[in-house]
Amino acid sequence: MEGVMSHASDLNLKATELRLGLPGTDERDDVESVARNNKRALPESANDSGSKGGKSIDHENAPAPKAQIVGWPPVRSYRKNNLEAKKTETETGMYVKVSMDGAPYLRKIDLSIYNGYAELLKALESMFKLTIGDYSEREGYKGSEYAPAYEDKDGDLMLVGDVPWDMFMSSCKRLRIMKGSDASGLGCGV
Amino acid sequence: MAYSFPEEVLEHVFSFLTSDKDRNAVCLVCKSWYEIERWCRRRIFVGNCYAVSPEIVIRRFPEVRAVEIKGKPHFADFNLVPEGWGAYVYPWVAAMSAAYPLLEEIKLKRMVVTDESLELISKSFKNFKVLVLSSCEGFTTDGLASIAANCRNLRELDLRESEVEDLSGHWLSHFPDNYTSLVSLNISCLGSEVSFSALERLVARSPNLRTLRLNRAVPLEKLPNLLRRAPQLVELGTGAYSAEIRSDTYSNLAEAFSACKQLKGLSGFWDVVPSYLPAMLHVCSGITSLNLSYATIQSPDLVQLVTQCRNLQRLWVLDYIEDSGLEALAASCKDLQELRVFPSDPFGAVPNVSLTEQGLVSVSEGCPKLQSVLYFCRQMSNAALVAIARNRPKLIRFRLCILEPRVPDYLTLEPLDTGFGAIVENCKELRRLSLSGLLTDRVFKYIGTHAKKLEMLSIAFAGDSDLGLHHVLSGCESLRKLEIRDCPFGDKALLANAAKLETMRSLWMSSCSVSYGACKLLGQKLPRLNVEVIDERGPPDSRPESCPVERLYVYRTVSGRRVDMPGFVWTMDEDASLRFS
Repeated sequence: MEGVMSHASDLNLKATELRLGLPGTDERDDVESVARNNKRALPESANDSGSKGGKSIDHENAPAPKAQIVGWPPVRSYRKNNLEAKKTETETGMYVKVSMDGAPYLRKIDLSIYNGYAELLKALESMFKLTIGDYSEREGYKGSEYAPAYEDKDGDLMLVGDVPWDMFMSSCKRLRIMKGSDASGLGCGV
Repeated sequence: MAYSFPEEVLEHVFSFLTSDKDRNAVCLVCKSWYEIERWCRRRIFVGNCYAVSPEIVIRRFPEVRAVEIKGKPHFADFNLVPEGWGAYVYPWVAAMSAAYPLLEEIKLKRMVVTDESLELISKSFKNFKVLVLSSCEGFTTDGLASIAANCRNLRELDLRESEVEDLSGHWLSHFPDNYTSLVSLNISCLGSEVSFSALERLVARSPNLRTLRLNRAVPLEKLPNLLRRAPQLVELGTGAYSAEIRSDTYSNLAEAFSACKQLKGLSGFWDVVPSYLPAMLHVCSGITSLNLSYATIQSPDLVQLVTQCRNLQRLWVLDYIEDSGLEALAASCKDLQELRVFPSDPFGAVPNVSLTEQGLVSVSEGCPKLQSVLYFCRQMSNAALVAIARNRPKLIRFRLCILEPRVPDYLTLEPLDTGFGAIVENCKELRRLSLSGLLTDRVFKYIGTHAKKLEMLSIAFAGDSDLGLHHVLSGCESLRKLEIRDCPFGDKALLANAAKLETMRSLWMSSCSVSYGACKLLGQKLPRLNVEVIDERGPPDSRPESCPVERLYVYRTVSGRRVDMPGFVWTMDEDASLRFS
C-alpha cells in the first residue's frame, strides 16, 4: 500500500520536478530495456568528465541510452574517467579512425591487436598499399613516401613512434597517414 | 581563582588541548582565559571559507602556525555546483602572508588555488612545511614548481584528487639538490609524466620519506628503482601496475618489495596485470590500508590479494570483488574498520558483476570492528539493512548508494524506510548517513527520532512532502551538514525550522521545491545566515515568487554577504527586495 501511494505521488511530482537531466526521458523506462549490446563504437570525443558524455551509444543494435541525471550516481569524475577508458579498451578493442591524405574514405583499425609499432606500421602499409619506411628518433620517417601521424588526447598532431607503445595506445585518438612532403615538419631534428 | 595562575602556566596547560572543541570551551570561561587562549592557538580549522573572513581570523588568533580551510559544498564533487562559483584561496593567502610569517601548514579542500597563490605561499612563509590540496583546482605544474623551488623546509606535498593543469613534468626538478626534508609526496592525480630521473634523485636524497604516491604515468618497470632507494616507505601508491610479462621485471619488483619492511598502505594499481600481483605478497601481512579502487582486476586474483592482507583495516575496492569476495574478506580480515565498494559500471542498465546486498551483510557479520561503510550496489532489502544494523551497532558512517534512484526493497517492493530506520535506531553513534532507494517521509521520522548524534546527512530522490524535512530539522540535534537533491521539500519545513539553520554549518538543496519568495523571507528573518540562490536561468526576480529556485545554499557566517559572487549567485538579505526593485 505504502509503495503504491508513494509511487502515485512520485508520478505526480515528476511533472514539476526540477531535474537536471536530458529532457523528455524517463530513466525508469530504460530499466526493463533489452540487455545492452556490448559492442559499441568508441565515442569520438571522450574527453569530458561527468555524466554528460561518454555513453552515447551509436551502434545500430544498442538500445537507447539511459537518461543520465547530472551528478548521479555520485561518483567523482576522475573515477568515471578511469573506468570508461578501461571498459572501452577491454570490450570493444581500441578502434581508431585512420585517414590518408587523398583517400576518399577513412578506415578503422583496432590498436589493441598489435604488440608494437612494427606490427602497426606493417598493417597500415598493407591496408593502404604503401610504404612507410623506418623510424629514427632524429629524422622521423624522412625519406619515406608516407609518414604516420596521430592525434593525441590534447588534439595535437604527433609523429608515431616517439613514445613507448603503451603510452601511444592510451593517448592515440586517431591516425593520419601524411604524404612524406607534408610530414617534413614532424620529427625532423628538433 | 583564575587570577592566581600566571599566564605562562595557563598557556602551558592549554597547550595540551588539541581539539578545537576543547579550546573553544576554554575561551568561554572568562575574559582572561579567552585572551590567553587566543594568543596561544596554533591551529585553526575553517569548515566553510565564507563563514568567516581572513581578517576576523587574524585579528582573533595572531600566532597561528597551521590553517585548514574548506571551500565548495560537498555536492560540487558531483558537478552540482557550477564552474566559477567561488572558494578562492588567494584572499586568505594574501592576508596570511602579512600576518603569519611563521605559518607552517596549509590544508585546503575543494578550493580554487591559482599559481599566483602557490607562488605567494612559497615566498611568504620561510618555515613552510605542509601543503595538502584535496580536491582543489585552478593551478598548473608551474605553481608546483614555485613550491618546489622556494620551500626549503617542505615536508609534505599532497595533491590528492586535485585537478592540475599539466604543463610539464619538469616542475619536480625545481627541488634544489640540497633539499632533503621530504616526508610525504602525493602526485597521484597528475596526468602526465614527471621527469623520472628527477624523481629518482629526489627519493634518493630523502631519508625521511614515508609516503610516496606516484601517478599513473610512472611505469612498473621503474618502480623498483624508487623502492630500492626508499625501503623505509610506510605508504606507497604505485603507478600503472602493468608491464610486458618478463621474468627479470618480475624478480626486480618482488625483490624491491621484500626490502620494504615497513609498508602499511598501498594504493595506485591502475591497469593491473594480474601476473605481477604475487610480487607484492611479501608485504601483504603488514598492510593495513589497501586502495584498489582503480584496479580493474577480478576474482580470483583480486580475492587472493585481499585475503592475504590479514591485518587489513581499510579497504577501497571496485565491485569486481563481488559477494563471494566480500565473504572471503569477512572470513580473513577481522580487523576491518572501513569498507568502500565503488561501481565498475555506474551507468550500465544491467548488472555486470555479481555484487548485491549480500556482500555487505557478510562483511557486517564477519568484521566486528566495522565502523565506516560506503557501498554502491543495485539492489537492497529491508531485511539486509536490519541485519546489518543489528550486527554492527557501533557503525559511525553508513553511506549506501543504490545506483538507480527510487528503487524499492527488491524482495517486498516496499520502501526502504524500515531498513534505514533500523540503522539509525541501532547505531546510536552514527555520525554520517547517506540514503538511497525508495523512501517515504517515514524514514525521516525515524531519523529525526533516533539519529541524535548524526552530523551529516545526504538525501537524494526521497520523501513525499515537507514533513520529511521537518522531521530531520526538528529532530537531529547534532546535525551540522545537510545536503538534499531532487526531493519534494519546500517552503514550509524550511521556514518553520529557520532557527535550526543557525546551529548548522550549511544546508544545500537542489532541484527541490523551495520558492524564491521563501528564500527571500529566510534571508530577511535570519541576518546571521547567508541565504544564497544559485540559478543559471537568470535573476530570480525575473520569475514569479512562487517559482522554485534551482539551488539553495544556506550557511551561517560572521562576515556578512560574499563580495566575490559570480553572476548566477544571488544573496537574500534585508536589502534583497530593495535591490531587486
